[in-house]
Amino acid sequence: MNVILQVNNASLQFDERVIWQNLNFEVQPGEFIALIGANGSGKSMFLKSVLAQQKLTSGSINFLGSKVRRGSTDIGYIPQHRSLDAQLPLTVFDAVRLGLDGHKLGLPLTGAKTKALVTEALIQVEADQLAQKPLGELSGGEMQRVRVAQALISKPKLILADEPLSALDLNHQHVVSELIANQAKKQGAAVIFVTHDLNPVSDYVDRVLYLAKGRYSIGTTQEVMQSDVLSDLYGTEIDVVRSQGRIVVLGAHDHDHHDDEEWV
Amino acid sequence: MDFSDVFNFSDYDRLIPLVANSLWAGVLLALVGGLIGVFVMNRELSFAVHGISELSFAGAAIFLLFGLDVVLGSVVGSLTAALIIAVLGDRSKDRNSIVAVLMPFGLGIGILALALYPGRAANKFGLLTGQIVAVDDPKLASLAVISAIVLVSMVVIWRPLLFATLDSEVAAARGVNTRVLGIVFVMLLGLAVAAAVQVVGALLVLALLVTPAASALRLSKSQLWVPVLSVAFAFVAMIGGILLALGGGLPISPYVTTISFLIYLTARGISFVRGKLEVSK
Repeated sequence: MNVILQVNNASLQFDERVIWQNLNFEVQPGEFIALIGANGSGKSMFLKSVLAQQKLTSGSINFLGSKVRRGSTDIGYIPQHRSLDAQLPLTVFDAVRLGLDGHKLGLPLTGAKTKALVTEALIQVEADQLAQKPLGELSGGEMQRVRVAQALISKPKLILADEPLSALDLNHQHVVSELIANQAKKQGAAVIFVTHDLNPVSDYVDRVLYLAKGRYSIGTTQEVMQSDVLSDLYGTEIDVVRSQGRIVVLGAHDHDHHDDEEWV
Repeated sequence: MDFSDVFNFSDYDRLIPLVANSLWAGVLLALVGGLIGVFVMNRELSFAVHGISELSFAGAAIFLLFGLDVVLGSVVGSLTAALIIAVLGDRSKDRNSIVAVLMPFGLGIGILALALYPGRAANKFGLLTGQIVAVDDPKLASLAVISAIVLVSMVVIWRPLLFATLDSEVAAARGVNTRVLGIVFVMLLGLAVAAAVQVVGALLVLALLVTPAASALRLSKSQLWVPVLSVAFAFVAMIGGILLALGGGLPISPYVTTISFLIYLTARGISFVRGKLEVSK
């Protein structure tokens, strides 16, 4: 099978500030990559670069063998959680179908084929009961299901999820993680999953991409989530503590938190 | 003042033909205003509508002063305002301040042009508050052209505009050029405003471009029924307003705005009662 994503010496910097530099790695089909880093480490910027919405300072990113371009239906994108405008007169069904053909001109008329695809996507995320519910009446967990369905409906080869777990309670964090991971596996899609906390997704993660201080480390959870690796990355003492199957990073977040949250 | 000055239906059969053009214009405006209004509400452009209408008024007044076509002046004013708002006011906060700056400027320029205009006062007043017999044949023809442009364009961009309004980031990731689309929509809005100014007047455009959609959104969350209801409400307000105004020979705006407002109150009432019923269920 072909490589999904090739990142070649990719660097991003704003004026003098290096966000990350010389990123080099490949993403294989079906691979689940957790993208972790402090606020301001450029996690969202990396996703924007893959979407060709953020120009690299140098280097390149190839998707399915060719340079990234805007508007690929082979990429499913779940942006950072925001509450959507409750006024918009759309049902769950309408919102998910826009993931299929929302970029095309014309009126959103629904034929039998579209209807079947939307229903299938909603069943995948166990939200078919919600189909006719107005978006404004959804809970946070329901809304994330809808966003996942909207991203999956075009059967993308790569799913980019930007902190899909923020603003969800612990239970829904597990549900949404499982949903994204399982559906991606079923469709053979790779996932880049931005998260603050590795624990809800630890069962699904193949590799961790850790961004900090303009540098990065990539590898299996065991390889990356080590005190010496992260200490080296941050250039300061970091403790990675394992307790009852959970991983806790101590000392990292206090450090990098304040300076430039606007980059996130 | 006598009550019959406001409502008077004697000679009605002889008066109707005189306003046939206004009625047709009303139908067109209801269609355009009702549809555009849905996105005006959802893209938080209500205030921008007001700003555009003041510049549309200024354009019309200046063209009137120089003996040029008033509708064309209206369109020029509208599109100028729309372009400024669309390009500079990308974010809602910037947009509000830009509109607030443009609005009094447009109104001021317009009033200056009217003050200098030597013609009849009724023509002047009509641009601000609308007038019943203002729609002659050439004007109706230009309104039809403007409406056709707006309606066809809206049908073409409807789906991506909806997508961009729902979630601009996801839409952009799918290749929707959300910035260009936003600008195109505000320009279409400018055209719609220019058309509405001809009939209801610059000060009362909101009653046609915002109130019907706001009422519809109170009653439905369906992407089909909201536009349909919005157009229907705009239609009732426009046509009802013209027919009632005819009796008293007064400007149509107070009638249009009052009907529009009553529809809104009713819609709010219905949604309030519905909410109560749902809670008690």
